[in-house]
Amino acid sequence: MRVMVMVKATKDSENGSPPDEKILTAMGRFNEELVKAGVMLAGEGLQPSARGKRVRFSGSSRTVTDGPFAETKELVAGFWLWQVKSMEEAVEWVRRCPNPFNVDSDIEIRQVFEAEDFGDALTPEMRAAEERMRAELSRKR
Amino acid sequence: MRLTRDLGRAEDLAQDALVAALETWPATGVPERPGAWLMAAARNRAVDRARRERRFQPRRDELAQEAAEREAEAPDLDAALDDPFGDDLLRLLFVACHPVLPTEGRVALTLRLLGGLSTDEIARAFLVPEPTVAQRIVRAKRTLAEAGVPFEVPVGDELAARLASVLEVVYLVFNEGYSATAGDDLTRPELCQDALQLGRILAGLAPREPEVHGLVALMELQASRLATRSDAAGAPVLLLEQDRARWDRLLIGRGLAALARAEALGAGHPEGPGPYALQAAIAACHARAATAAATDWSGIAALYEALARRVPSPVVELNRAVAVGMANGPAAGLALADALALDGRLDRYDLLPAVRGDLLSRLGRHGEAAAEFERAASLTQNGPVRALLAARGAEAARRAGEA
Repeated sequence: MRVMVMVKATKDSENGSPPDEKILTAMGRFNEELVKAGVMLAGEGLQPSARGKRVRFSGSSRTVTDGPFAETKELVAGFWLWQVKSMEEAVEWVRRCPNPFNVDSDIEIRQVFEAEDFGDALTPEMRAAEERMRAELSRKR
Repeated sequence: MRLTRDLGRAEDLAQDALVAALETWPATGVPERPGAWLMAAARNRAVDRARRERRFQPRRDELAQEAAEREAEAPDLDAALDDPFGDDLLRLLFVACHPVLPTEGRVALTLRLLGGLSTDEIARAFLVPEPTVAQRIVRAKRTLAEAGVPFEVPVGDELAARLASVLEVVYLVFNEGYSATAGDDLTRPELCQDALQLGRILAGLAPREPEVHGLVALMELQASRLATRSDAAGAPVLLLEQDRARWDRLLIGRGLAALARAEALGAGHPEGPGPYALQAAIAACHARAATAAATDWSGIAALYEALARRVPSPVVELNRAVAVGMANGPAAGLALADALALDGRLDRYDLLPAVRGDLLSRLGRHGEAAAEFERAASLTQNGPVRALLAARGAEAARRAGEA
């Protein structure tokens, strides 16, 4: 299963102050561990909401508002996408994450919906060709 | 190795410790410094075992044991300096995939020790009874012990050969998940994820091996299509007819990045890119095409040609025939397919007549196409595939009748 792991914003991340060198280094090491464990799929930092925008949907109307946005605790400062076996594993990895900030902060874990299976009709010959070749090549090696 | 004088025992203990770690970590979580935990656990077991055996050993050995235990208390600087966890994992992977073991033993042992799967999970994945899996693991461990397989990562020429065995096991697991050979489901995505995780771990442990990145690239790109491989009824969906909007672009991005790494690392190799990198490049051609019509069939045909040079196989040739048929027209493809039919090695493969049927159809030779589709249908073991081939045969016969 996949999870999205969101580092929630704080005053520090929102006011654009440069990140603590020690935190950056520790996070870098943590990210390396995630990659080495085959867990990391993607991860990015997000710029402060002052640089962002919001689009409000109401019926057919669209209203664009510039950041910054007030509710700091609800904002996302950074995210990862991880491939894990369970929520428990995700929690364990998050526990090992270094403090993202020098103040209290939250990291939220949400499960990703997996795509449903449905599709179109197939001509089997091409698919069979693909699969048999792979099987054949595996056998050959 | 430092605590016990018996190398074999040290290997057992390290393996036991790693096994124990891999059993408990999913439940209790990865500890702070896995390498340190591993060595400490192995040391504790060595001390326990030494204490137990002391009752049966002559007194003079006791002093040696006590000295060894005292040595165990001393800080282990070596462990702090290298990456014992990574090294042990890599050693374990190479041991579990040793060519002295039969393939099913390698797969079971790898999934058990490195994938952290229970014997029951492995049994369900491959649709064999659990005792069979348990036996395969027991036999594999015994074979390794009897063959005196050392607990080490091979070097030099041996590394290249043994790496091929590891990659083969990982890809076998992936394929089992991608196109399950038996059972009700076409795919078992969890197996694909297990193989992908193993591949990604291997890429971290052996980052300079181009074929490791090639295999990871291939798996990421194939996995990107998992959601679209079967329809609501569970029937297979052809790549060319899959809904590309539902291909996983995150995995495609990762696959293309891994392919770039494989190609950069393999540049200058006298034989050119390896088989996994080539297959990944073919998968990348599909991934880059926004629509089926936009597919670079010439590029794919050229890649199959390169692949055929690396891994000569009539199946690869047949795939090249398909690509040539798309790039240069059905007549060109049919020429290659006909040559393969004469070759004789694909006589029992349903895909050869299926491909010929498709090419003949496109050339308007519907009567011949119908015969080929019927032949293909008679050769396949797969129910849904047979049904589709029969349907194509019926359609071709109908069009032949209209002529």
